[in-house]
Amino acid sequence: MARKITYQQAINEALAQEMARDSSVIVMGEDNHGGEGSPGEQDAWGGVLGVTKGLYHKFPGRVIDTPISESGFIGAAIGAATNGLRPVAELMFVDFMGVCFDQIFNQAAKFRYMFGGKAETPVVIRTMYGAGFRAAAQHSQCLYSLFTHIPGLKVVMPATPYDAKGMLIQAIRDNDPVIFMEHKMLYTLEGEVPEESYTVPFGEANVVREGDDITVVTLGRMVHLADQAAQAMQKNGVHVEVIDLRTTSPLDEATVLESVERTGRLVVVDESNPRCSMASDIAGLVAQKAFGALKAPIEQVTAPHVPPPFSDALEDIYIPTVADIQGAIGRVMEFRR
Amino acid sequence: MSEITLVTMPKWGLSMEQGKVNCWLKQVGDAIKRGEEIVEVESEKIAGAVEAAADGIMRRQLAAAEDTLPVGGLLGVIAAADVPDAEIDAAVADALANFKPLTADDESSGASPEKIQVGNRSIRYLKRGEGGTPVILIHGFGGDLNNWLFNHEALANSRTVYAVDLPGHGESTKDVGSGALSELADALLCFMDAVGVDKANLVGHSMGAGVAMAAAVQAPARVESLTLICGAGLGAEINGDYIQGFVGAANRNAIKPQLMKLFGDASLVTRQLVEDIMKYKRIEGVDAALRTLSSALFADGRQQSVLRDQVAALGKPVLIIWGEADQIIPVAHARAYTGKAQVEVIAGKGHMVQMEAANEVNQLIKQFLS
Repeated sequence: MARKITYQQAINEALAQEMARDSSVIVMGEDNHGGEGSPGEQDAWGGVLGVTKGLYHKFPGRVIDTPISESGFIGAAIGAATNGLRPVAELMFVDFMGVCFDQIFNQAAKFRYMFGGKAETPVVIRTMYGAGFRAAAQHSQCLYSLFTHIPGLKVVMPATPYDAKGMLIQAIRDNDPVIFMEHKMLYTLEGEVPEESYTVPFGEANVVREGDDITVVTLGRMVHLADQAAQAMQKNGVHVEVIDLRTTSPLDEATVLESVERTGRLVVVDESNPRCSMASDIAGLVAQKAFGALKAPIEQVTAPHVPPPFSDALEDIYIPTVADIQGAIGRVMEFRR
Repeated sequence: MSEITLVTMPKWGLSMEQGKVNCWLKQVGDAIKRGEEIVEVESEKIAGAVEAAADGIMRRQLAAAEDTLPVGGLLGVIAAADVPDAEIDAAVADALANFKPLTADDESSGASPEKIQVGNRSIRYLKRGEGGTPVILIHGFGGDLNNWLFNHEALANSRTVYAVDLPGHGESTKDVGSGALSELADALLCFMDAVGVDKANLVGHSMGAGVAMAAAVQAPARVESLTLICGAGLGAEINGDYIQGFVGAANRNAIKPQLMKLFGDASLVTRQLVEDIMKYKRIEGVDAALRTLSSALFADGRQQSVLRDQVAALGKPVLIIWGEADQIIPVAHARAYTGKAQVEVIAGKGHMVQMEAANEVNQLIKQFLS
């Protein structure tokens, strides 16, 4: 498996392979046309960052450019999903999701439940999240915990190109609505990705690094920072287990609990704001179900409870760093009753 | 300064970029014989020992336990006792000054696998070395050409050595047809046609040994010799629970206990090895391929094709190597072989004996082939 491609290419390849395999798969969103083989290359390059580049040319009629009306086209995608298509809608920045909450929270998430299992909504909503792009408060939020809160939605956030491809194929084949979160700072990340089609199941965390001293539970882009912190701590003789949740709904509780039962220590690293977050959710889970194993208080490494700043200097302080994670690991390791 | 031998971080497998020093097995000042294990190194995938390339004294150790070095990084120096320290220091300084880490697209990082169309399948293979009657390395059930990462290079220093991904495995086409040994053997013989190999020494591990035997039975003229490592096809017994467990495992926790059965030392099953196997199993078509193969070859926990007597009747040179602690196919099959063969049983090692006792297995195969 020597071939390396970027996170962005992995997503494009997943879309292309599923569109080739299943004619009910369509792609829709703002500026999804464009890029190679289509007119308007200067101003439209396959989505705002070019992820859907080239698909319009390969699958004529199945890549739909929508008006700048998120509430309209997300509703249309959900409606099409209930009527036999498998739409993959691209909603540029997750920050804009607010205008589609009724379609997502009250409609897509509820159809199967309210129609006694007779309705299915196989829609995928792809969206970009996360800070670091100098894009300010309305284009840099994480917001995955909002979707995780709603029963009936699946929420996935691949951290690697391998997971991006396999989880997007899984999302497209899944018969429930899936919120597919792509961290904009990961698009250029390269990694080994099989050329063939494959799926990565939901609800199965990835143990990125094994260790017996302390567990770090994390997700999305923070996986890479946590792994760097763990590598640095290894030089001090601290063996850190790093768990990438991969999906927050469904959540792989067993892997988290099994690890903390063994290490007795937990740090949760979550790029989002701290209140009602994945950090607080995982901390609560462990406090309730693995309390007896804990040797030290749980630490959470998150952004502060403020919007992402526009100033470069402030944004750098806002986003959790490797040093922040090392500091938290150190405090938990040194804790004495 | 030919009497100074640099010991460097080896490259085990295509993806290895760096390795960690686990422990030195020889200390500075120790006398060392060529082929002796001098340092234990761990890649992301597997741990193994580095052999001395020359006789001499361990003069320098430049990396300590737990240090991580890039592939090719200087670990130590072996030289005769009479080589002055100044010359050794100069060689070390020179090596450190001129060291360039390998990059993924660097040609010197070794050959890369190729794919060739064989009938209606694409077959991936890796070719190394030149000359002699070629050797073809054939992995077992659920394996791929990387199973030979400790063997391929060592065997290829004096001859052409191919390692293939059988149909249904690695990056070859996942269609295995009926899944019968004869069908896999057909694919192997067609692969030989495609790469222009008329006659080969076949080295098969586990199910791959069964494929090699089937190929020898089908086309005796095209097989020079057979090396059968913990081979299928030599008796009826096989660990059916392992086969079922491997095929059925849908996640890391389910596959790990199965993989631990493959090694005498279960600690060799690293997180990365488990992850690589899961990545293979998730590829479209793999599940169906493994199910077809397991029901065609190992139905009801019994090997369906026992080719022992047919192979013995061919009178070809046969080398049988087995790990005594093999939990998948009993070592008794090696001892019960009645044909003419060299039989070697390696104590304490499991089913993946070519990985666990790589140096020993490489020596046995080299001696057998020459």
